[in-house]
Amino acid sequence: MELDFDIIDLPDTDHPTAGDEAPGFTGPLVTDEYWEDASLADVCADSDDPVLLLFHAMDGAFPATYLWNEVRDRGFHEAATVVGVSISTPYAHKDLLEERGIEGQARLFSDPKNGVAEAYGIDMELDGMEGVAEPRPAVFVLGADRTVEYAWVGEEWPAFPDYDAVEAQL
Amino acid sequence: MTDSGETPAITLYRLQACPFCERVVRKLADYGLDYQSRFVEPMHSDRNAVKRLTGARTVPAIVDENTGVTMSESGNIVEYLDKTYGSGR
Repeated sequence: MELDFDIIDLPDTDHPTAGDEAPGFTGPLVTDEYWEDASLADVCADSDDPVLLLFHAMDGAFPATYLWNEVRDRGFHEAATVVGVSISTPYAHKDLLEERGIEGQARLFSDPKNGVAEAYGIDMELDGMEGVAEPRPAVFVLGADRTVEYAWVGEEWPAFPDYDAVEAQL
Repeated sequence: MTDSGETPAITLYRLQACPFCERVVRKLADYGLDYQSRFVEPMHSDRNAVKRLTGARTVPAIVDENTGVTMSESGNIVEYLDKTYGSGR
């Protein structure tokens, strides 16, 4: 069957790969109860498990919903400290945590200006939403010193992580 | 909040745009005190993080690890800060 739709190819990126130090950043980190400024360095240093850093579409977009459903259903939080990043506000993040049933399992950085995605070389403009940019879908598994142990960045839009490959890293 | 891992001794539980919270913020700034802001749920009934600390769900609330004090109510907090860090100490 021939399906008449377009998957958009994205250009090459220069993003961190295994062995690199992931760029540090600080911003509002949202839990189910409050948010406070936190640094990725502290998140990594405080975690006994690897840190699973997930960049995703703005909260409410179906890729964000599907991503978190899968991460929840696979129980990634049992083997990793799970942290998301999107351009959505802390208020939207609180709703996402509740709606996806991941309260206590994941925390979400709010990055409305998309600066974190820029630092990681994974920012993309959104067609039809003038002035709005967000991260490409991306997954980084980080060690305690922010060393990248695994990296995946979407090369088309939409794209979803290879969840089996992620699971194998944790 | 810095990358050094140093968390300030004072944590302020606050609500965005809450004038009572801003009153405490101004006092903390007056005394040059470093503090960590935790922004809580606008819905009063959902503020369990604050309730566990102070027994009430009102903000502002502060935790001061320098003295072991946890308290709520902006008037009380301002008075406490004046006594602890102000010229009257």
